[in-house]
Amino acid sequence: MLEAATSGWRNRLTLGLLLAPALVWLLALIVLPHLDLAVLSFRERIAPREYQFSLAQYRLFFSEPLYWHIFVRTAALSALATLLTLLIAFPIAWTIAKLARGRASSLLFVVCLIPFWVSETVRTLGWMILLRESGVLPGLLVKLGITDVPVELLYRDGTILVGLVYTSLLFMVVPLVSSLESLDNALIEAAYNLGGNGWSVLRKIVIPHAAPGVTAGCIVVFMLTLGNYLTPNLLGGKNSQWFTEQIYAQFIIRFNWEQGAAFGFLLLLLSTTMVWLGLKLSGQRFGEVMRRT
Amino acid sequence: MSAPDLEACAVVKRFGAHTAVDALSFSVARGSFFSILGPSGCGKTTLLRMIAGFIAPDDGDIRIGGRSMHGVAPNRRPVNMVFQQLALFPMMSVGENVAFGLARRGVARAERLKRSEAMLERVGLGGAGHKRVDELSGGQRQRVAIARSLVLEPTLLLLDEPLGALDLKLREHMKIELKQLQAAFGTTFVYITHDQSEALVLSDHVGVMSRGRFEQLGTPQELYYAPATPFVAAFVGANNRIAGRAAGVARGIVELETRTGWTLHARASGAVQPGESVEAFVRPEAASLGRDAAELPAGQPAYTGEVESLLFDGANSAVLLRESRTRLEFRIALPQTGRFADLKVGEVVHFSFDPERAVCFAVPVPAHA
Repeated sequence: MLEAATSGWRNRLTLGLLLAPALVWLLALIVLPHLDLAVLSFRERIAPREYQFSLAQYRLFFSEPLYWHIFVRTAALSALATLLTLLIAFPIAWTIAKLARGRASSLLFVVCLIPFWVSETVRTLGWMILLRESGVLPGLLVKLGITDVPVELLYRDGTILVGLVYTSLLFMVVPLVSSLESLDNALIEAAYNLGGNGWSVLRKIVIPHAAPGVTAGCIVVFMLTLGNYLTPNLLGGKNSQWFTEQIYAQFIIRFNWEQGAAFGFLLLLLSTTMVWLGLKLSGQRFGEVMRRT
Repeated sequence: MSAPDLEACAVVKRFGAHTAVDALSFSVARGSFFSILGPSGCGKTTLLRMIAGFIAPDDGDIRIGGRSMHGVAPNRRPVNMVFQQLALFPMMSVGENVAFGLARRGVARAERLKRSEAMLERVGLGGAGHKRVDELSGGQRQRVAIARSLVLEPTLLLLDEPLGALDLKLREHMKIELKQLQAAFGTTFVYITHDQSEALVLSDHVGVMSRGRFEQLGTPQELYYAPATPFVAAFVGANNRIAGRAAGVARGIVELETRTGWTLHARASGAVQPGESVEAFVRPEAASLGRDAAELPAGQPAYTGEVESLLFDGANSAVLLRESRTRLEFRIALPQTGRFADLKVGEVVHFSFDPERAVCFAVPVPAHA
């Protein structure tokens, strides 16, 4: 009896110790800062070193159309970037999972991974070299006679989307490959055998099977895109109007930590709502989706 | 006789230097149950996939219902297939699985529902349409896979070792069910298997396949009682295989002498010349057993042997003997009368067999020897 109790206690201690780093991480770097931000976002400075509870920060967000506008725009562009990433990543994932064999398949994976060996800043600066007015692509367009003068390709919404899709591709390809790999080829053959064609096999067999992978990829890409600061800022410049830039501005430029904290919470709320909505619309369960990633 | 539902004309398929299917020709009559029996790697799966249209033959033609299938995509062939692991769609209900093919043909929803429900009824799964695939037992899934194919009324139903994944008891049961289903629907079945008992029980005709060719094509009885090649004799049913030299040939009966000096007699299959290397095959149930030489049928050469082991398997019980002089192994089926129930290991018994019921083949001499 005593022995069993001791061993049970020991097991729990081992488990606790093993979990400790993760728990410390969660508590110290995620829960505590967020609690502090929550407190910050709900207070207002009335005199030096004197604060009181207030909803002013949140009220400002709703009363100032600029913030609203940027908020909705960020959400819409992120959703669009996610959709584009999905459309581009699906054929790539299909090729890796179903068409390429052995070495070719791992080689394709490495090709998707290679951009990540370079830091995000350098990667984005690479895009700038290609796209700026005196850059490679506008020069090429003039040479080919498509445009008379070099066009500024930077600082457009399309440019931001290109950058975001490029950055997110791998995070969509990985869950898609793993969910497509688990699809039994016999199911596809059976569907053809029963009279299915490419489109109906995709719609009835492949997509329903890959749905958790698609949802997982979309969640990850949407969150990364929504919270991205560097790519919209560098490729979109002042026109980018990304919500993270507003948070940055409040914290660093205007030193209005209270407002920044409130914006941060609104962004968290937005991504949570969108993920919840996505899961509801696709009829997926969060646990199942995360297990597949 | 009506036109054959399936005709293969000199069909060839090569993978690199390996010829998987080697100039194979055969035809399957309408409404019959045809099996292709062979060990794994003999090319039977390749052949089936060519009939289904998943791979194209390098040469030759496959005709289904009198129509050449050259260049016809798998989804346009009047052929349906029951896959080895059944390949039921887990994302759909049982009813949706059965209705899948009908939906692809543009059959209206209400009609689809009616026909798939009627088909499920016919395979004994009435009212199971709303169930999920993983709620069914192995045998029920089997029936769904067949129903899913037959609802499309194909000219030909292909079955790729569909019983392989089932346990023994269920397999025996499904064998009978498959045969009954085929008789009830009258659809031509082409069945591939490596299990000779499945092929014998189910089929009207069996093609025994080895290295991309048919060793023999015939009824199960022909394969069993008159094997055309040593391969068929060894592969179909249990057989005692005895190798030796033809000491003499008289009136179609070969006198075989083993290297250790045992002499026995067997009917020659094909040309056998004296002095040639030969192989004889004797079915365990073709031999008679007796405690006394007088018990054996008169007029048959008799031998003695020592009981090496008793293989009790109900109706398939057998005894393994060692021929007294040469110690060669010989298997004899025990009669159902229970006459030898008290047989002991080490006992010396007499045995004989009718030379007409044993077959003997000349063994082709390898070219380099």
